Amino acid sequence: MDGLDIAVTTLLWVLEILAIAVPVALSVAYITYAERRVIGFMQARKGCNRVGPHGLLQPLADGLKLFLKETIIPAKANKFLFVAAPVIALTPALIAFAVVPFGETRLFGLWDTPHVMSIAHLNVGILYVMAISSLAVYGVLLAGWASNSKYALLGAVRATCQMVSYEIAMGFSLVCVLMLAGTMDLSGIVHAQEGGFWHWYIIPLFPMFLVYFISGCAETNRTPFDLVEGDAELVAGHIVEYSGMWFATFSLAEYAALILISLMTSILFLGGWYAPFPFLDFIPGTFWLLGKAAFFIFVFIWFRATFPRYRYDQMMRLGWKVFLPWTLAWIAVIGIFTYTPGLQDLIAFYQPWR
Amino acid sequence: MIEAFFFYVFALMSVVAGAGVILARNTMFSVMWLIFCFFNAAGLFFMLDAEFLGIILILVYVGAVMVLFMFVVMMLELNKAKLREGFLQYLPTGGMIAFILMIEFIAAASSGVFSNEAIMAVGHLGKEVNNTVEIGKMLYTQYLLGFEVAAIILLVALVGAIVLTLRTRDDVKYQNISRQVNVRKEDRMKIVKVKL
Repeated sequence: MDGLDIAVTTLLWVLEILAIAVPVALSVAYITYAERRVIGFMQARKGCNRVGPHGLLQPLADGLKLFLKETIIPAKANKFLFVAAPVIALTPALIAFAVVPFGETRLFGLWDTPHVMSIAHLNVGILYVMAISSLAVYGVLLAGWASNSKYALLGAVRATCQMVSYEIAMGFSLVCVLMLAGTMDLSGIVHAQEGGFWHWYIIPLFPMFLVYFISGCAETNRTPFDLVEGDAELVAGHIVEYSGMWFATFSLAEYAALILISLMTSILFLGGWYAPFPFLDFIPGTFWLLGKAAFFIFVFIWFRATFPRYRYDQMMRLGWKVFLPWTLAWIAVIGIFTYTPGLQDLIAFYQPWR
Repeated sequence: MIEAFFFYVFALMSVVAGAGVILARNTMFSVMWLIFCFFNAAGLFFMLDAEFLGIILILVYVGAVMVLFMFVVMMLELNKAKLREGFLQYLPTGGMIAFILMIEFIAAASSGVFSNEAIMAVGHLGKEVNNTVEIGKMLYTQYLLGFEVAAIILLVALVGAIVLTLRTRDDVKYQNISRQVNVRKEDRMKIVKVKL
């Protein structure tokens, strides 16, 4: 490998990373816009409609405002961790996108075999996403601790309990997907669901789909699980002392995680980039995947406009006493179906590894 | 070449991080050094083509165990100066353990298992070998008994931890959620004719 080769490879990597990070940042900006408009519509009011046509420039104005605001660091805060925490929160949210397969392409017939569009093709992709998204809690935890404020600390404590609890249910619901797909490779999981919506894992795993999506909602601290920043009792939880750009970094991380959960739900349960009917295959797969993810993002916003916040003990109960037994029972159900002679044929349809 | 370079980076970083754990003044930073150390250890696993172990190390230790560590440390008022008081007292015991460990390491290194030839012979396996599958096959066939014993021990520990912390209090009113949900209008309300 000579110098030129290394330079070209590095350049390609940089381009690949930018091709994902820039759209993520832009879609975060416009998800905040969509959120305000959609919630406005649901609450029978206008939402932002002043800056630009239909308020479309509002996210840019918000970004500019946050960028120009002064960043205040509390005097008694641990300065290093206070500044590091938003970065620690954002990093896992972005690097988890490295393994997300955005579709398959032949590059307009240039390649003979379709290539999966993802930066890294890991054969433990699903575990990678789990591991990286479990790091998101550090940003919240460190922000809460470094702020040296009681509300921030309480928010961080709540966040830890919540994220650790829901991660377990989330992991077990993924085990069911793995038992059907027989691979941990994300593109392999999508391939296992090829050929119309009756192959999608939402059908045999409907309860797990609900568990995964709701746990994802809890992991990203969205309403109705936003006790971390419950503004009625904790002001804003871990972000109470942050202002300006550092505050924006936290919301960037939160929305990036939201996009990731939506993409993962589409990939794991809704056939990723495949069309619901094979005759619709002429529309590129990436559009299908992004469309499905966009629908889930809408559902997250819909949740926010619909549900009141959980009480803390009820939320812990939901995680440990409802979701965990559900997922364990479903693992047992799938296992029994897989290895009982009479029932095997029912589930073999969804198990391409047979 | 590039592999050796990355090995030295990860190895050096994990040693530095390990030293950081015991030398950091703030316990919070100790925990962070330990997290960093785990990341580098995971990097070493990746170098050995053991991506499953590397990812699991991050998922379990960094993603769950260290979060709880940090959680506890956050709650504690730790005085480092006080912690260092007994340093000389514990030095002989600690030093002895370190010495024994060092002898063990040297013995293992010189036993021939890790000799250059033995390591060269292993090399990198092809892309078609999926170590998740291989570990699964070994774990659930050859080492099934050990696996089950470990699982039972963990289960006992789990139940034990719950038993130790479980207290039922009689002076607190608990809500029975299924009863609350199952309440019908007829249970709570009745229509009374009021004489006017």
